[in-house]
Amino acid sequence: MAKIRGAVVVDVERCKGCVICVNACPTNVLNMSKEVNGKGYSYSFMENPEACTGCMSCSMVCPDVVITVYRMKVG
Amino acid sequence: MVTIEDIIKEENKVFSKTKLLTDKTFSYCPGCGHGVAHRIIMEVVEEMGIVEQTIGVAPVGCSVLAYDFMDVDMQQAAHGRAPAVATGISRVFPDKYVFTYQGDGDLAAIGTAETIHACSRAENIVIFFINNGIYGMTGGQMAPTTLIGMKTSTSPHGRDLYNMGFPIKITEMVAQLDGVQYVTRQAVHTPAAVRKTKKAVKKAFENVKNRKGVSFIEIVSNCNSGWKMTPVKSNEWMEENMFPVYPLGDIKG
Ligand SMILES: Cc1ncc(C[n+]2csc(CCOP(=O)(O)OP(=O)(O)O)c2C)c(N)n1
Ligand code: SF4
Ligand code: SF4
Ligand code: SF4
Ligand SMILES: [Mg+2]
Repeated sequence: MAKIRGAVVVDVERCKGCVICVNACPTNVLNMSKEVNGKGYSYSFMENPEACTGCMSCSMVCPDVVITVYRMKVG
Repeated sequence: MVTIEDIIKEENKVFSKTKLLTDKTFSYCPGCGHGVAHRIIMEVVEEMGIVEQTIGVAPVGCSVLAYDFMDVDMQQAAHGRAPAVATGISRVFPDKYVFTYQGDGDLAAIGTAETIHACSRAENIVIFFINNGIYGMTGGQMAPTTLIGMKTSTSPHGRDLYNMGFPIKITEMVAQLDGVQYVTRQAVHTPAAVRKTKKAVKKAFENVKNRKGVSFIEIVSNCNSGWKMTPVKSNEWMEENMFPVYPLGDIKG
């Protein structure tokens, strides 16, 4: 059966660490980093990348428009 | 086995930042709804292919620098005067898509007269009204839109009805005016809300073609800094407290 896989790329240096995307992801893919970026913000990253469906929920609500989303059919 | 590298390829890209937002980092606080509002307006302008015909008017408020972020022709207006400036632009260039982008302090306090009269004159413009119930830029003072009981730096014990009166629902007020063809109240804090707002933005720009007057879109938004909450908490607070007073949905047209 065809399955949808997704992935996101966060522009780490422009992420402001607001956590809104983490809260919006329906499959709990995202979390905030322990490291900080050059501005001192913790940034969003894919903690569970296998669970990403490329649904774009995170990118719809990211106030700084720093998330790029990819999606493909597999199998 | 599919690796992340297999997925992250140009041909699989389904969302990226619109070209009509500049490379400048937004001056907004982390989590502020202004950024999402900017993005969807620019996405609609790009998707409609009207970038060369679009002229925006920026306000005074946190979005005073909107002209630095939106890569369309922009003019910045004195506090509250964006609808008057947009009137001039739209009359000189009647075929352009002219919009204002204004906060609640800008539109519903100092600019009340300009708002109401531009709406009454049926100016052929789109007004975007970002209502966060507070003067964000100047340090979180009470606005006419501040909720009863809401704490701000000038109502530290909460807005009190006896001394400070009721919040003004200017969106319902302008809906009464014959010069306004479309009025809706939306939000940008969830993916579903963003998709709805984007449809409303598109409808508003399409309305410019039929020249039947103002299209007015209120976006109820957070000011997590002024409200003194985390961004996620502020969006929850907004659903619980702002939406009962400022209910979402179409009001006219
Ligand atoms: C003529 C004039 N009066 C007052 C001010 C001070 N001032 C700057 S921004 C602002 C209010 C901004 O609030 P709002 O329009 O709600 O925008 P927000 O920052 O909340 O997005 C005020 C009163 C000003 N710049 N010019
Ligand atoms: S695209 Fe969807 S599933 Fe993937 S991280 Fe974003 S919200 Fe989560
Ligand atoms: S929503 Fe955007 S700015 Fe906020 S934490 Fe996520 S990626 Fe960073
Ligand atoms: S003060 Fe409020 S409205 Fe202004 S950028 Fe910060 S959160 Fe947004
Ligand atoms: Mg405001």
